Amino acid sequence: MDPTIILAAGVASGTVLLFAAVGEIFAERAGVINLGVEGMMLIGAVVAFGTAVATGNAWLGLVLGTLAGGLLAVLHAVITISFQAEQVVSGLALTFLGTGLARVLGEDLSKAGAIALLPTLTIPGLAAVPAIGPILFTDQSVLVYAGYIVVPMAWYWINRTRPGLHLRAVGESPTAADTLGVDVYRLRYAYVVVGGLFAGLAGATITLAISPGWFGDLTVNGQGWIAIAIVIFAQWGVGRAALGAYAFAAIQRLLIDIQGPEQLFGFPNPFYVNHTLTFFLGMVPYVLIIAVLVAVSGEAIRKRIGAPAALGISYVRGERGH
Amino acid sequence: MTTSAPAHQPDRKPVRLPWAILLERRLEIPRWLPVATTIGAVVVALVISGVILWFAGGDPIAIFIHIVRSSFGSLGVLSDTLVMATPLILTGLACALAFRMRLWNIGAEGQFLMGAWGASAVVLIPIVPAGTPSIITIPLMMVGGMAAGGVYGAIPGILKAFRGVNEIIVTLMLNYIAALWIAYWVFGPWSEAGFQLTAQFPKEAWLPRLSDYSSAVPAFSGLTVHLGLIFGLVAAMLVRFLLFRSRSGYEIRLIGDSPRAARYAGINVARNTVIVFALSGALAGLAGMSEVSGVVHRLQQAISPGYGFTAIIVAYIAKLHPYGVIVAAIAFGALILAGREIQPSGIPAMIQGIILFCLIASEVALRYRVRIERRMA
Repeated sequence: MDPTIILAAGVASGTVLLFAAVGEIFAERAGVINLGVEGMMLIGAVVAFGTAVATGNAWLGLVLGTLAGGLLAVLHAVITISFQAEQVVSGLALTFLGTGLARVLGEDLSKAGAIALLPTLTIPGLAAVPAIGPILFTDQSVLVYAGYIVVPMAWYWINRTRPGLHLRAVGESPTAADTLGVDVYRLRYAYVVVGGLFAGLAGATITLAISPGWFGDLTVNGQGWIAIAIVIFAQWGVGRAALGAYAFAAIQRLLIDIQGPEQLFGFPNPFYVNHTLTFFLGMVPYVLIIAVLVAVSGEAIRKRIGAPAALGISYVRGERGH
Repeated sequence: MTTSAPAHQPDRKPVRLPWAILLERRLEIPRWLPVATTIGAVVVALVISGVILWFAGGDPIAIFIHIVRSSFGSLGVLSDTLVMATPLILTGLACALAFRMRLWNIGAEGQFLMGAWGASAVVLIPIVPAGTPSIITIPLMMVGGMAAGGVYGAIPGILKAFRGVNEIIVTLMLNYIAALWIAYWVFGPWSEAGFQLTAQFPKEAWLPRLSDYSSAVPAFSGLTVHLGLIFGLVAAMLVRFLLFRSRSGYEIRLIGDSPRAARYAGINVARNTVIVFALSGALAGLAGMSEVSGVVHRLQQAISPGYGFTAIIVAYIAKLHPYGVIVAAIAFGALILAGREIQPSGIPAMIQGIILFCLIASEVALRYRVRIERRMA
């Protein structure tokens, strides 16, 4: 129950949620919901792990896993942007497909032993900073550091660049964007694929860095859905998504660590004494997500902010709409 | 490709061919078309799955023949298929009802589990003393299952209706919570001798099976079809009546087609949201009751191989029509039944995903039609 360990672990496994959430923010900011995050993560995870097992090269695994996520997202883009199908259903189909395909591809992988993992780093000067150093800069995977860089870059891209302005325009008012010469279809395709690449990266982060190995569906175990919830919690903002991802992962770690000691604050630990009570601890993250969404919905109503206006609506040139 | 994507007409100069393939929006949909596209989509999906299986080193023809033979090959396996289809009919109806109103209830799995719990509670708490005759126990279990599922379904409905909370995320989170809730009861209070399952229900809590009447009709021996199938068929009739013959159904369909028009017409969207979600949950809950009472005869963790998720596809294949759900549920019951023996185990899930993709892709054919036209010289 060492706070430093819990927070450091939160930052490490929060990186998975962070990548997935940032990817989903890109897609949703462009107006396309992709509920296939879980499936894309699973594909990314299995391709990355399989490649690393087969070649011994974790970096190659990272690249192929990321690309695999992007490839699956192309399917969603074709179906929802060109064919204008219901985005929600297409995303669910993507999750089914990704889950099944990952199980097929990963059939023999659960027996695979130790593989080449991505290296961990301690940043010399920064690790010595009190409080922050041991949490953020000590023995973290390179991908965790990549997360620190991705967040400000994504924020800058969306909020401070011309392409970012186009991205937001396409998500808020595609008709207006189209009138001004922005290629709505091409941008939506691009950002749905970017979302898939990030989801693939998130999956690869699990199997190559955070919790190595292949455990079927349990490898990702619903984190794709949690990433989508984090996007809503973050109100489509990158910085808040990062914060949410780290905090959520830290809470999950805390809930595991709380079961260990015989005594809690001088009292006998109920979760140690009666093990079946830990099932209720297991519910806490999910209850928390629902509670946070309820709270955020109130905030959204008050501040009149919320989802991109054209989110979930197919754009058909020349038709009435946004 | 001489044709561009339906709506996407880039400004590039097209290649000049003596004819042009045009996609134009349909003004009306012929009655036969939805059925034709659905069948076409399933066929295409099976071909794609076959190609993938072939690449994975399997023999797709042999696998498909195996699926058909081990699910429809004899009266015995046909009965097993119907047993698999029973929870899919009920959960499929749950999804179809909610989806009609464009409420994305992805939580049929959780509502199914809560229904199983509610039904089990009747005999395990116990609410009725041991030895209570079936005629009382079974209806009480049905009420227990539907109430538990309905209340569980109403939660996302209320949050959606009054706070605008995204129902997809809430129902998914509730699925995880329901699974842990079941785990708590089967590991804890209801555990039989420390095992991860409850004691077997008394015979009075079992739904009658065809094989129970084998002394009277010898042909029934070994047939596991139980009364739950009748629940499913009756529920389909009721849902059809509700959707297409009642005022509420009209409101539900209108909200689904055009929420704005519904609001202008003075329809109470919030109230309908809660009611539809609760009904949807109750149907899924009844599926859970039928499964513990008709098949498993006890509560344990692994009572669902993902019925609540397959139900989403079942509802879609059926084009959200209650009777279509029955047909689709039987097909998917077969896939799940036969799929249990197929290795690798991900193949059925993969096929399900491909079918769903092909289905939604095929809907473009409902909105557009292809016209081939000779160009002027």
